[in-house]
Amino acid sequence: MPYVGDAMINADLPQEAEVIERVQETHSVFNLRLMFTNEEVRQQYSFEPGQFNMVYLYGIGEVPISIVSDPMDGHMLDHAIRAVGRVTKGLARLKAGDRIGLRGPFGRGWPLRLAQGCDVVVITGGLGCAPVISVVNYIIQRRERFGHLTIMQGVKLPADLIWRDKYELWSKAPDTQVFLAADADDKNWPWHVGQVTELFDGMVITENTIVMMCGPEGMMRACIHELHKRQVADERIYLSMERNMQCGVGRCGHCQFGAHFICRQGPVFSLAAVRSLLGEKGF
Amino acid sequence: MTTDYYLPKSAFQDFLERLRFDGYEVHGPMVRDHTIVYGPLDSAAQLPVGQHDQQSPGTYRMTAHAAAATTYWFGWANGPQALKPYVFAARETLWQADQPDGHRLQFTQTLPQARPKAILGVRACDLAALAIHDQHFLDSDNPDPHYHRRRADLFLIAVNCSHPAATCFCAATGDGPRAEAFHDLALTELATGFVVTVGSERGDNLVRTLRLAAAAAEQVTAAAQVTEHARSTQTRNLPEYDLPDRLMSLLHDPHWQDVAQRCLACGNCTAVCPTCFCYRERTDTAVDLRRSTQYREWDTCFNQGHSYMHGITVRSETSFRYRQWLTHKFAIWHEQFGRSGCVGCGRCISWCPVGIDVTVELNALCG
Repeated sequence: MPYVGDAMINADLPQEAEVIERVQETHSVFNLRLMFTNEEVRQQYSFEPGQFNMVYLYGIGEVPISIVSDPMDGHMLDHAIRAVGRVTKGLARLKAGDRIGLRGPFGRGWPLRLAQGCDVVVITGGLGCAPVISVVNYIIQRRERFGHLTIMQGVKLPADLIWRDKYELWSKAPDTQVFLAADADDKNWPWHVGQVTELFDGMVITENTIVMMCGPEGMMRACIHELHKRQVADERIYLSMERNMQCGVGRCGHCQFGAHFICRQGPVFSLAAVRSLLGEKGF
Repeated sequence: MTTDYYLPKSAFQDFLERLRFDGYEVHGPMVRDHTIVYGPLDSAAQLPVGQHDQQSPGTYRMTAHAAAATTYWFGWANGPQALKPYVFAARETLWQADQPDGHRLQFTQTLPQARPKAILGVRACDLAALAIHDQHFLDSDNPDPHYHRRRADLFLIAVNCSHPAATCFCAATGDGPRAEAFHDLALTELATGFVVTVGSERGDNLVRTLRLAAAAAEQVTAAAQVTEHARSTQTRNLPEYDLPDRLMSLLHDPHWQDVAQRCLACGNCTAVCPTCFCYRERTDTAVDLRRSTQYREWDTCFNQGHSYMHGITVRSETSFRYRQWLTHKFAIWHEQFGRSGCVGCGRCISWCPVGIDVTVELNALCG
């Protein structure tokens, strides 16, 4: 699990990191590129796509943020953050050179070893779902290890799509299809207008398909319904779950979902593991 | 068969002195603010001698025992605390961040300086709860260093229950009234002394140091009768259904709304519950901004903020929160810990300001 090597990285104590770069992606989403200031910590730290860090803003508090950079990106850790709360609005005001705290990485990431040689379908909805962006980047960088790649994203408004240029680039990658849908029309939106679930008929789904998805639970349930119609087994559908998280190590109880602590046993689960309570209001 | 020993009440002060001599800070039950709580214990005279706790849904009252042949020292059931505050502090600092030059950050972990403690008067239900907390906080890839510090070097002296409260149902959960595990010593109170059962090597060493005499056969029999009688006085029961499956099949039962009409979502039940482990983290920053402290404090799934994430409150209604608590305790807990999350101490019943009785609600739901 999270820690490789000896336990120099303490899961209970942040380490200082420096803001290397801050990029505004949309009106509310920005990317923080961070690097640990301690050389030994940099060497020891490793993560898998789908894992997250607790990002600490001095004097304000911590928030769980998924890591979107590539595990081989030379100690640079990218965090796509939406400014919605007290901590994230403060993080939005950081600039290069500022110092913050990082604890992590936490949780279990995407089943990328299992997915090798498989056709991969990546589905995301909502405001640019960071956890799956890391997966797409990972596969595109190692294209020959995976089968057909389908990237599917639904947004409410065309303006909500982050990394628009990346989607255009991905659609040109070998053996890769990109499907985008927006609920509302816009003259600059060349893709589908409507629900993301309306795009399933054009997709490549085989016995060898593995699905990774992230987004609002309603959207994920609608997609699961479509996948079941196409005989995709629960064991081959993976989703990244989200709840209030404070400790990151399965102790504080906030992210409990059924018998799972999402921060420790997740955030990525096979559908088989979470199906019984998925979409059950109040859990 | 292991030998039981006999500790006369006249030698009890020597017993306390010996614990202190062995380096333990001795804590025990005493009456404070009209309840029984644990605190530093210097003398047996501080014990709630002759006191009884009358408990019923929404009520906890200290009363004196009616005049009887025996003046009990431990003739009460339990107070609001359990062992929880000793191992999982209600509020404690986790780490500090300093900004010495207004730019760089330094992080320092602050671990508790816990002295070895001997805790006297621990109940069987609370030992069962401690075993669950050990599992939760320590049996993990990342054992909790704060809990670990407080838990190490606890010497636990159980006293088997002789006078359960009307709210007690440890016999129904299988966790009492007799302490069977996780203690160093277990005492059963008789008229003039205690039958002592050894539960650990440390306990055995102490008994040998004190040169306690072996208990006579009739004392051992009398002690067994004390706990048997305590068992027989308990009247509350859990439904006989397979609770985990039954409860999870009742997620949309109208009874959740019925409880929500009465429940204040105050979280008293989770504060007194010896197995509840939720905590929230908070950041406290000095006015000159040179230091910021990260601390944790007990949280409750009855709080609105417990399930909050970026604008969404997952458990927006009281019915969802009561259902979360009850299904976690009695159903989901089995999958996480291999047993129910309820040890039958009855505290959530007594300390609920509106007297919601978990055994009644479970029977209403599943009956």
